[in-house]
Amino acid sequence: MMRRLLFLLPVIVFAVIAGYFLWGLAPERDPRDVPTAMIDKPMPDFDLAAVPGLDVPGLATADLAGGEVVMVNFFASWCVPCRAEHEFLSALTEETGVPLYGINHRDKAEDAVAWLAELGNPYTRIGADPGRAAVEWGVTGVPETFIVDGSGRIRWHHRGPLVPEIIDREVEPLIEALRS
Amino acid sequence: MRALLFVFTLLLAVPALAVEPGEMLDDPVLEQRARALSAEIRCVVCQNESIDSSNAEIAHELRVLVRERLVAGDSDQEVLDYLVARYGDFVLLRPPVKPSTYLLWFGPFVILLLGVVAVFVYFRRQRAAAALPPALSIEEETRLARLLAEDAAKEEGPGKA
Repeated sequence: MMRRLLFLLPVIVFAVIAGYFLWGLAPERDPRDVPTAMIDKPMPDFDLAAVPGLDVPGLATADLAGGEVVMVNFFASWCVPCRAEHEFLSALTEETGVPLYGINHRDKAEDAVAWLAELGNPYTRIGADPGRAAVEWGVTGVPETFIVDGSGRIRWHHRGPLVPEIIDREVEPLIEALRS
Repeated sequence: MRALLFVFTLLLAVPALAVEPGEMLDDPVLEQRARALSAEIRCVVCQNESIDSSNAEIAHELRVLVRERLVAGDSDQEVLDYLVARYGDFVLLRPPVKPSTYLLWFGPFVILLLGVVAVFVYFRRQRAAAALPPALSIEEETRLARLLAEDAAKEEGPGKA
């Protein structure tokens, strides 16, 4: 009996290895994905000045504790995926009316002003971040987007551009749920 | 002379580093701690590179941050905790030992142990087999069969008579 079980051993070993391969090669798995540690954490402490030349106020921690669901988006004029997600972000704020706060990451003020003049400005507040605020938020690059609930707690964090698929599947349902 | 020069230039070669002179602290003890810590911290956008050896902007930002916190009086562990709170364990190049990483840390030793047990069992079985007297040859087998048959015939003989 023992001997028979022993013959099954190669099959079992194969099944385990094949299982790992299936997991590793799954198309939805991105090995470069940096896991987020920010979910359900209170807002980091930060205070960013406005971008010079823009008629939009700056952004600080206190602005986010207004009892309202808000989105915080890290962007830069030099970032190509930011340009790609811009129209979807604009459509989302128009549709849902959620205030969109921007953090302009490592950007030249005049470039940011020109970028927003060209594409339109969906942001109600924009803070200019020379780099440190990104670390406080656990951000690795631009674009990254957060949803913050009314009590100032981070409820959602996404690295990379917001494409319609993610907006439909995750962002809109979450905003609905947090508002009710 | 040429060989000597070659050896001398080899001695001058040190690993390339990304730390910029402007980032370094004046206090050599603190700078040494910052360097040691930086080697343990992953540049989160690079492929398996520490912030000490990466040129990425976030690596620069993190190097400056590590130094700022050390100057502010943080212990090494406090600096690491600060980063883990923001980027998770991913930011550490050396994964911490905790239940979710037990398999990673102790798995190889478990496999080694299984191998040792397998080898031990194998040799024990072989020794047990060697301790038995050697099996009979074919001639011995046929002779044994003949003798047993003769014995059987003898025992049957008187009973029948």
